[in-house]
Amino acid sequence: MSLDIESIRKDFPILEQQVYGKPYIYLDNAATSQTPLNVLKAMNDVYNGYNGNPHRGAHYMSNKTTAEYEKVRDKVKLFINAPTREEVIFTKGTTESINLVAYSFGEAFVNEGDEILVSEMEHHSNIVPWQLLCNRKKANLKVIPFDDKGRLKVEEIPALLSSRTRLLAVTMVSNAMGVVNPVEEIIDMAHSKNVPVLLDAAQAIHHMKVDVEKLGCDFMVFSGHKMYGPTGVGCLFGKKELLDKMPPFMGGGEMIEKVSFSGTTFNQLPYKFEAGTPNFTEVIGLGAAIDYLNGIGINNVIAWEHELLDYARKQLSGIKNIRFFGETEHQSGVISFLVGNIHPYDMGMFLDKMGIAVRTGHHCAEPVMDHFGIPGTVRASFAFYNIKEEIDKLTDAVKKVMSMF
Amino acid sequence: MTIDEVQQGIINEFSAFDDWMDKYAYLIELGNELPPLDEKYKTDQNIIRGCQSQVWINAEYSEGKIEYRGESDALIVKGLVSLVLRVVNGRTPDEIINADFQFIDAIGLKEHLSPTRSNGLLAMIKQIKLYAVAFKKING
Repeated sequence: MSLDIESIRKDFPILEQQVYGKPYIYLDNAATSQTPLNVLKAMNDVYNGYNGNPHRGAHYMSNKTTAEYEKVRDKVKLFINAPTREEVIFTKGTTESINLVAYSFGEAFVNEGDEILVSEMEHHSNIVPWQLLCNRKKANLKVIPFDDKGRLKVEEIPALLSSRTRLLAVTMVSNAMGVVNPVEEIIDMAHSKNVPVLLDAAQAIHHMKVDVEKLGCDFMVFSGHKMYGPTGVGCLFGKKELLDKMPPFMGGGEMIEKVSFSGTTFNQLPYKFEAGTPNFTEVIGLGAAIDYLNGIGINNVIAWEHELLDYARKQLSGIKNIRFFGETEHQSGVISFLVGNIHPYDMGMFLDKMGIAVRTGHHCAEPVMDHFGIPGTVRASFAFYNIKEEIDKLTDAVKKVMSMF
Repeated sequence: MTIDEVQQGIINEFSAFDDWMDKYAYLIELGNELPPLDEKYKTDQNIIRGCQSQVWINAEYSEGKIEYRGESDALIVKGLVSLVLRVVNGRTPDEIINADFQFIDAIGLKEHLSPTRSNGLLAMIKQIKLYAVAFKKING
């Protein structure tokens, strides 16, 4: 089966609008993806039909919300193939998930002189929480470098792993370069030295099959809004034996078992890490996004996006003085480039005026920009609803911008 | 010419463009013509880091008037810097403190001042005013 893009696009009415009098071309999916009608309907149904606070009431709407909310936990469990539903924790997004682990894992396992290992191509969200942890604990952050093609130097990992390494955190797909990292190999290396691994799947979860059991990762994090779900919701998968040993990240409602001024005991997993009223409407929206992705089939998504990326690469390669960032064998989702001396801000500005949305700048990955000695890149990122004609228009627009400089 | 008359002059210049491409082509031209800022002024003290692009601004005070120099790594922003410098250069601190820079809106380039653009321009204008306030204070 291949994808019927025309009918898929009908599920995303936002794509059909005109901006500055031109048909809008949305190629900034790695920043946030668009939301299909079924997700909007699912959230609308909550507000119009059963908006009650989950886990807190004995009345009809609260019970219905609880049931729908917990159904999504089962959906996520299946979607990522987590061994148990207790290992799926709802958060605000990837950033909160990483901060949760950096705080709680750090409290339980990281001491002065210990080390955390990250890669040079991480998003700031997978750098700064570890820096904060290291500052707090007087621990050290070490970095796995990448080469000029964007390939992570995995061969340097064994030497970087020491008896003091407490965790390795790495992205599955680089948001700035689209490089797919060999995470299975990385996990094997880390596990051979008993070092747990956190995978940042923010740019991977909707572009490939992420099977946490098969991968064997200890933590995996992702956001809803990059996988066709709503904003303000994300997930943390964590192995039960680790989560059980980690103290709560935030205190409040739901995460407690018993509260008194002489002491408080905490709830079981996953609730221990879900303090306060959760974003239940968004969680339910996320469930609908998973339904949508399952409906069209991740393998169909992979095949079409691969074709789009190859096509974009081929078309853009014809442009004089274009330079790509991220040229490894395994690329996904994004194509990052600069043309001649044209500053990414200038390019983005002009493309916007021509009705094309791309991301420009450092993509919250300044170490990647520093590696190449550039201020930023132009990044086009794709979703299954994009079509080749849009890539043709991007290519023509880039050529037109060049002629102005 | 008053500071408002200089702004009006720019507005008149831009009214000749009926196409956004012409407008931006002119900005590029202005950006290319802006004399590069001497490397000695490209210091950490003078830099305004945006998420998208950066701006450097330096100011000197002489005989009651301020001379600003500036540059950006992005050409469009450089063109806008050139326009702002045209408005503020050779003015007294009071003139700059009271200026509203309404010309940017009037020529349809207000979007570049949006905080979300993160190009350093908004911060640059603030910095220009801060210099004026400081020079006024120092020189009574």
